[in-house]
Amino acid sequence: MLNKVVIANRGEIALRILRACKELGIQTVALHSTADDNLKHVKLADETVCIGPPPASASYLNIPAIISSAEITDAVGIHPGYGFLSENADFAERVQQSGFVFIGPEPETIRMMGDKVSAITAMRKAKIPCVPGSEGELDNDDKKNLKIAQKIGYPVLIKAAGGGGGRGIRVVHSEAALLNAIAITRSEAQANFKNASVYLEKFLTNPRHIEIQVLGDGQGHAIHLGERDCSMQRRHQKVIEEAPAVGITEKQRQHMGELCVKACRDMKYRGAGTFEFLYENGNFYFIEMNTRIQVEHPITEMVTGVDLVVEQLHIASGEKLNYKQKQIAIRGHAIECRINAEDPKTFMPSPGTISLYHAPGGPGIRMDTPIYTGYCVPPYYDSLIGKLIAYGETREIALARLRNALDEIVIEGIQTNIAMHQALVRDANFIKGGTNIHYLEQRLAL
Amino acid sequence: MDSEKINQLIKLLNEHGLTEIEFSEGDQSIRIKRQSSSPARTTSLQPSPSSGITPPASVSVEAEVSGHRVCSPMVGTVYLAPNPDAPPYVSLGQKVNKGEILCIIEAMKMMNHIEADRSGVIKARLVDNGTPVQFNDPLFIIE
Repeated sequence: MLNKVVIANRGEIALRILRACKELGIQTVALHSTADDNLKHVKLADETVCIGPPPASASYLNIPAIISSAEITDAVGIHPGYGFLSENADFAERVQQSGFVFIGPEPETIRMMGDKVSAITAMRKAKIPCVPGSEGELDNDDKKNLKIAQKIGYPVLIKAAGGGGGRGIRVVHSEAALLNAIAITRSEAQANFKNASVYLEKFLTNPRHIEIQVLGDGQGHAIHLGERDCSMQRRHQKVIEEAPAVGITEKQRQHMGELCVKACRDMKYRGAGTFEFLYENGNFYFIEMNTRIQVEHPITEMVTGVDLVVEQLHIASGEKLNYKQKQIAIRGHAIECRINAEDPKTFMPSPGTISLYHAPGGPGIRMDTPIYTGYCVPPYYDSLIGKLIAYGETREIALARLRNALDEIVIEGIQTNIAMHQALVRDANFIKGGTNIHYLEQRLAL
Repeated sequence: MDSEKINQLIKLLNEHGLTEIEFSEGDQSIRIKRQSSSPARTTSLQPSPSSGITPPASVSVEAEVSGHRVCSPMVGTVYLAPNPDAPPYVSLGQKVNKGEILCIIEAMKMMNHIEADRSGVIKARLVDNGTPVQFNDPLFIIE
């Protein structure tokens, strides 16, 4: 087992990683910017290193500062969490070149899956169904591109190959708008991802977002841990997630799961990963793979009993997987609400001091949050301040417990989206289940 | 420097559990170092119960010395001289101009020159050769 790990992240995921390390007896090194020395995991860590001023570019994205922190503390591994440098293949490569263990996949795997065009090509090879599309990046031949879009059928999506996570996407409803839209998306992509490469995909009208969790040991063994439904999104950001997905049969789960596992075996995938799909009319369409632990990982943990972060650490230590596929069973139902420090009307971030925090409790309630009474939410980072997860033997029980917990939780001093969650868990369509990725935005617009 | 003053410095060293004191007065300076077999590690300025690290020697000196603190702009290891055989870049009492090299901080096998951000006299040195530093750790005091 790795004996000392640098936690190269902040907020709730840093605390999550710290807890898993402590459970395994791994020494922890908490990296933080000057704005984050009051973070809960920083106060609990064995060692701390201040890596820079508040801006992420100078701190949490500062590769030399992070690797240097591992050097001066004699750490063995570096856990990148999610976001920041977690899917930066260059970072992973430099970590390894500097002699440390990168807790995640090989740099080449990250690179392949980070380029959305090469990821889709790899998945097609693995016989994983993808969204009908240009099957490769577009070149500058206007006539050809018009033909490709016509073949796919409008509306189409233009997507940046270097994007992902909902960024760098534009919808085109008619042929007249296509060429201009491609040009604009290219220049945005160049500015945001330093990569002007774009591709086309059919725009599915009412899909659900269903993703499958995998674990691979890097030695050719892999398992899947079922699916998550993350259709409740606003501007491509997930708001509520649940596992398992309503209406997905065990047969579908095993069929899609096995396809993902085979793809993992083929690429000798190492660590935790997620295959994201759009699901419409009984069909799954691959859109992208995330080569890291995800925000919503707790709901899979609740329904499978597997601690995914602990498994990441085992895998990074060179061990074989602790579970065989037949040992993974989905039991019960779990739902997660992302609690954000934001204005409920404008959704603008709401930093400031939490004058009172009171945690919810009771059977099946799990609260993953670093906040405490008196904690000051800094203005420099994203607004996620906690995840409220409810588990129950049935979806109805999980929903009831979630409702109760949302009524119990108190966060004063800043604005949050708790009231929005309280309304959503009483929404007739959400209660029924199976709402698609447009539902939340349509409902919020009312 | 009279022996009385030296004894006082030794007393200070022992009373506060320091490993090194450097003191300058006029054009005279003295450094008193404790013989130690275990390397001092100051990776965190927040003392934690499990680390067992003695507080850095800089703490008591800093409190009494006024002036501008030159702080570390990066994470790494401090080296006071261009190479192990050379004399240190600066010494106590030395007058430095803005932009002059005060020390090196090494990170990922790359050496970075740390320059004085203003002119003045080096009043105190708050790190040893080989000390690991984090962002904003004070290195020198210039007045």
